[in-house]
Amino acid sequence: MASSDSPARFESRGPTVPQAGLEATSRSLIRRRVGTWTSDRVARLVFIWPAISVVLFLSIFPLVVSLYLSLSRLQLTSSGIKIDFRGLVNYQSLLTGTEQSHFLGVFRTPSPLGWAIFTGVGLLAAWGLVSSVRGRTSPLGLVLRAAGALFLLAITWLFVESVFAPGGRPGALFVTIVYVFAGMGLQYLLGLGLALLVTQRLAGRRLFRIVFLLPMTITPVGIAYMFRMLTDTGKGPFVPVFDALGLQDFTWVNDPWGARIAVMIGDVWQWTPFMFIVLLAALEAQDHEIVEAAHVDGASGWQAFRYITLPAILPVTTTILLIRMIEAFKIIDLPNILTNGGPGTATESLTLEAFFDWRTLNLGRSAAVAYLLLIVVTIAAVAYVNLVRRRVTTNA
Amino acid sequence: MSLRRKAVAYALLIGWTIVVLFPIYWLAITSLKQPIQVDSGPVYVPFLDFKPTLDAWKYILVDLQNDTLRPYVNTVVVGVVSATVALALGSTAAYALVRFEYRPRIGVVALFIGSLALALVAMALGAPAEIAIGGSLAVFVILVQTIGRRFRRALGNSDVAFWLISQRMLPPVAVVIPIYVLFQRVHLLDTQLALIVTYVATNLPIVVWLMRDYFSTIPIELEESAAVDGASPFRIFRSIVLPVAVPGLVATFLFVLVFAWNEYLLALFLSSANAQTMPLTVAAQNATRGPQWWYMSVLIMIMIVPVIAMTIVLERYISRGLLVGAVKG
Repeated sequence: MASSDSPARFESRGPTVPQAGLEATSRSLIRRRVGTWTSDRVARLVFIWPAISVVLFLSIFPLVVSLYLSLSRLQLTSSGIKIDFRGLVNYQSLLTGTEQSHFLGVFRTPSPLGWAIFTGVGLLAAWGLVSSVRGRTSPLGLVLRAAGALFLLAITWLFVESVFAPGGRPGALFVTIVYVFAGMGLQYLLGLGLALLVTQRLAGRRLFRIVFLLPMTITPVGIAYMFRMLTDTGKGPFVPVFDALGLQDFTWVNDPWGARIAVMIGDVWQWTPFMFIVLLAALEAQDHEIVEAAHVDGASGWQAFRYITLPAILPVTTTILLIRMIEAFKIIDLPNILTNGGPGTATESLTLEAFFDWRTLNLGRSAAVAYLLLIVVTIAAVAYVNLVRRRVTTNA
Repeated sequence: MSLRRKAVAYALLIGWTIVVLFPIYWLAITSLKQPIQVDSGPVYVPFLDFKPTLDAWKYILVDLQNDTLRPYVNTVVVGVVSATVALALGSTAAYALVRFEYRPRIGVVALFIGSLALALVAMALGAPAEIAIGGSLAVFVILVQTIGRRFRRALGNSDVAFWLISQRMLPPVAVVIPIYVLFQRVHLLDTQLALIVTYVATNLPIVVWLMRDYFSTIPIELEESAAVDGASPFRIFRSIVLPVAVPGLVATFLFVLVFAWNEYLLALFLSSANAQTMPLTVAAQNATRGPQWWYMSVLIMIMIVPVIAMTIVLERYISRGLLVGAVKG
């Protein structure tokens, strides 16, 4: 206490004291100001350091160890486990070597649609760069943005070469990217729509709210097994539906996109409630009198949403999308249990690839996959925070 | 609202309700089936399609009584404690990041990373971990005290927040072995404490990010008037900010509770017999003869009951009016 008191006393000798004829009220005001100042200083530290130290404690060590493992090879010898430092071998095999088709995919000449997508993304990147040259971006910022645009173009090119190309096959990286963006978009739109519906004055809305939260109470492993039951083409509940549609011979297991869609359906079912609950809390926290006043003034429902509700929930929207993106990149339970990564490696996500490597004791390559995932997510998250979040909220 | 719009709204709500409830209904009836009834093709309605049995329930709740109860208690303790601690630490940090300005100097951060590297090199050369870490910490403190003030360029609050959320980016597969070794060293493997600490650390960033947004929607005038009246930041936080932020707090609590409640991979490593949690028990029903759907369904059903109960209790706090009244008053 003494150490935090002394600067406060020093402060109180500042410019306010020498005033002649100090009255009781102003003296107490000074004491209050000083008191706040001191506890402000304590609060600054006490509020943030517990959280920082807990995260620090459990994050540094794993980060460093994984980096080291990703640069080495693990061997089982007669005397136990031996770790050999091998440099970038693991990364090289994933990006250009024997594991390339697994990690990145098989590449072919893109179809016209692929070319169109690539051109579209290219134009978008060019437009973004031009507008940041015109704006007041610092030289370093420009360099970073140019690098980001190049990275985006490279990823898009590999994406269309493997997904939108006859004969091509996407690797774990692009399958994961499909899961992330398709899932995120669907979950957000569903979550927002449902949250808007249950904030209307409808009878029974509390019941709907609770029902809509149910999927998130089930453990992901359980959900994965549940969807394996539901999608079973022999004893699942939808067998009559498949039969009626003439799909008796259809199995999720044989069709790559069928299997991926099955995984995505499970993912949407599981994660929509998270979007829903966060958006619901944000909608409920906004000032409803403003919305009602807007309606009285003749604003349409859409106008009230567009100009009042949407700006109010934008900050939390960008947060939940960022969190969801980071989590979605780590999808593992559904593809692992539902399809076991199959057919072939068609539904394998990056985390699942790391898990399979890890299960076969190829710890080095497993860590390398995880680190590449970390790099991709970091770039995506930094770009997202800088390009999207900074525009809609002050505390980016 | 017009009648037609009402009808559309209800159609949508009921449509999604069916999407949500059908899989859960399937779980429920599967838990009432005999293995033969599951394997021979779909049957839908108990009593009409098939004769329900409580065999699976009896097996899990009576025959395996202790093997079910222990992970169950573990899950409750670990989930509730870790979510509460994460919410406490995370919401204070979030409030600090919204209302105070932090300027961690880049040089100091670099010094920290440097002394960390020093510790690692020392350990690689064979020094005992305790000495290496202690020594490099001492070096760090000395350096900061002597040359720390010379650094000018600093990071801001948003960088702190981004660092926090970036700690969730590495997949659990990659962090699980180091964390295992870490807890092995401090002899906490297979304890509830190890799981609680891990879940607090992994869920904190999410709490900080969500609560930051809820806090920043609170009008600062409320806090300013309290500060003028002489309230300390602690008091302002406890008596003014927290009550107003209840919807956000509740939503965030449910969010991280569910994460801890259902986490699988970290629990798989950090616990064996004593601290095992329910997700492991569920996954363990995938035996050599294939998944035993009926037992799995029972376990999932009893696992979601407390969370649903808590959701029902807490949902009412995510309701309107709390903030509006506070601002107007």
